[in-house]
Amino acid sequence: MDIQALKELGDHIRTSLPDYVRGCETAHGELTIAVRAEAVVRTLSFLRSDSNCRFELLVDVCGVDYPERDPRFEVVYHLLSLSNNQRVRVRVPVAENEAVPSVTEVFSSAGWFERETWDLFGIYFSDHPDLRRILTDYGFEGHPLRKDFPLTGYNEVRYDDEQKRVIYEPVKLTQEFRRFDFLSPWEGPEHILPGDEKVEAGDGNEKTE
Amino acid sequence: MSERQIRNLTVNFGPNHPATHGVLRLVLEMDGEVVERADPHIGFLHRGTEKLIEYKTYLQAVPYFDRLDYVAPINQEHAYALAVEKLLGLELPPRAQYIRVLYGELTRILNHLLNVTTLALDIGAMTPFFWGFEEREVIMEFYERASGARMHAAYFRPGGVTCDLPDKLLEDIRAWNKAFPKVLDDIERLLTGNRIFKQRTVDVGKTTPEEAFDWGFTGPMLRATGVTWDLRRNQPYEVYDQLEFSVPVGTNGDCFERYLVRMEEMRQSMRIIEQCLDQMPGGPVKVQDHKIAPPTRGEMKRSMEALIHHFKLYTEGYRVPAGEIYAAVESPKGEFGVYLVADGSNRPYRCKIRSPIFAHLQGLDFLSRGHMLADTVANLGSMDICFGEVDR
Repeated sequence: MDIQALKELGDHIRTSLPDYVRGCETAHGELTIAVRAEAVVRTLSFLRSDSNCRFELLVDVCGVDYPERDPRFEVVYHLLSLSNNQRVRVRVPVAENEAVPSVTEVFSSAGWFERETWDLFGIYFSDHPDLRRILTDYGFEGHPLRKDFPLTGYNEVRYDDEQKRVIYEPVKLTQEFRRFDFLSPWEGPEHILPGDEKVEAGDGNEKTE
Repeated sequence: MSERQIRNLTVNFGPNHPATHGVLRLVLEMDGEVVERADPHIGFLHRGTEKLIEYKTYLQAVPYFDRLDYVAPINQEHAYALAVEKLLGLELPPRAQYIRVLYGELTRILNHLLNVTTLALDIGAMTPFFWGFEEREVIMEFYERASGARMHAAYFRPGGVTCDLPDKLLEDIRAWNKAFPKVLDDIERLLTGNRIFKQRTVDVGKTTPEEAFDWGFTGPMLRATGVTWDLRRNQPYEVYDQLEFSVPVGTNGDCFERYLVRMEEMRQSMRIIEQCLDQMPGGPVKVQDHKIAPPTRGEMKRSMEALIHHFKLYTEGYRVPAGEIYAAVESPKGEFGVYLVADGSNRPYRCKIRSPIFAHLQGLDFLSRGHMLADTVANLGSMDICFGEVDR
C-alpha cells in the first residue's frame, strides 16, 4: 500500500486529535496510532466518521500481554476503510486494574471482540452491554492468554463412569512440561552472532592479525 | 376472565444438532414460533490455538492453522505464511505464488461446495449434498497428491510451499476443471429456480451494507449486500493482480443471494485455476535462503552445511525480527487475518487469529430477530459457520 498516503493520514489524525494521539508510526506498510484508554471511543468515532478517514469496518479487537512493561496490557484495534482502501491499527496501553471504555456504541461488532479480550486477558471494558465470558468453559477461572497462565492450565475434566457425570480435577502431568531453550548462536535472518556487538562498539578488544 | 401471564419460550438449540454445523449452543427466546432474541454460546471447541502457538516455533505453528477452519484449511495457512514473510521481508519465487493461488482457489471451491450443499440439506434438499461431496473428494485427492494429507495439508509454509507439483497432477486438475462446470450446472438446476428453496431463503436474513459494516461482515456476507469488496481485488497478494476474474455481488443481502454469490465465486475460481495452469512458470517453489526454507534431501546427502541447516531449522527454527504485522487473505468465508507480534526470538510472541465467522455469528442475533425458528437454520447455513475457526 502507499506509504506516503499512510503517512499523510497519520499526520491528519494527529493534527485532528492532538489531545488524544500519543504516537503515530508506519512500519511494514501499516499505520499504527497510540491512544490513551479514556480517548478510545472519541478516536474510533472520529476515525469512522471523518471524511478523510472513513474506517467503516472494525476488523478486530485483541489484547497483548507484556508482563515486564508498565502498563502491562495493550488493546489493539484494527480498522479497515473500504472507501479509501486503507487499514489502521489503534494501540491502547492499559494497566492491570484499568478499564477501557467499550466501543460497542461506535461499532456493534466490538461486542464479541471485547468479550473475548475480557475472557482471555481479563481486561475490563466499562459500559459494555453484555460482558460475559465467551470462549472458555462455563465457570472458568483465570484468563488463559496471560503470559503467567500455564499452558497446561489448572483443571482438567473427565467423565467419571461411577458418578455418571463430568468431573473437574487439578491437572496431573506424568512428565513436567518442557520448554527448550534455543538461545544458540546460530545465525538468524539478521545474521547477528553473539560478540558481534563488541566489534561495532569498538571496545578495542578485537584481535588484530 | 382472568388475565393470563404469557411467558416467552426459551429454546435451547444445540450444542449437538446437525443444523448448527458444529457445536453451537443457541439460546433462543421465542414468542410462539418467532425468534425474539438469539444468544449464541460458543467456545465448545476452544482448543487454545493462540496460546499453543506462543509455545511453538514459527514452523511448528503452521499445522494449527489447518485445524481452525477444517473446511478450507489452506487459506488459513496462507494468511499466516504471508504475515511471517512480511516480517522476514521475503519475496517468493513466481512458481510458489502461482501454486498458492491455484490451491487457494481449489480450496475456495472445496469450501463453497460444502456450504452451498449443506445449506440446501438443512432446508430439505438432499441430492446436491451427495453431488457436491463427490467433487470435494476429488479436490481432497489433489490435496493429497500435493502435500500427502487430504485435509490438514500444512502445505503453505513461510518461505513458499512444501514441495513441487508433478506435471501429471496439473494435467489432472485441468481435466477436472473442464468437467466441473457440469456439476455446478446440475446443482444450480436443482436449487436456483426451486420454489421450496426460494421460499426458505429469499428475504430471509436481509442485510443492508450499513448493517454489514457495523457488524464487521466480510466475504460473501458483505458482497451479497452489494458492496464490491474482495481482498484479492482490492489489496491483492501473490499474483492475483495479474489474473482476470470478476467479483460477484448481490443487491438484497439475503440468504438466497449469499448462495448465488457463492455459486458465482466458484465459477470465477475455475477461471482463476485455468489461468494459473496456463501461466504456471517453472523454477523453485520456495525461497533459496536455507536459513528459512529447508534444503533438498539430495543436497543434504552431499553438503555438511545443508545438513546443519536442516537440523537447525527443524529444532530451533528461524528467528523473526521484532515487529508486528497484520496480514489478511480473502478466505472463502471472509477476511481471515493474522495479527502477529514477534519479539525477535524463534517463537511468535502473540498470534491473534481474526476469524470472519466469529463476526458473522455475532450478527446472528439481529439477522434472526422477527424470523421463524426454521429461518434461523437458513441464516446459520448461509453464514457458512465452522466452529474450528470461531472457537479457535
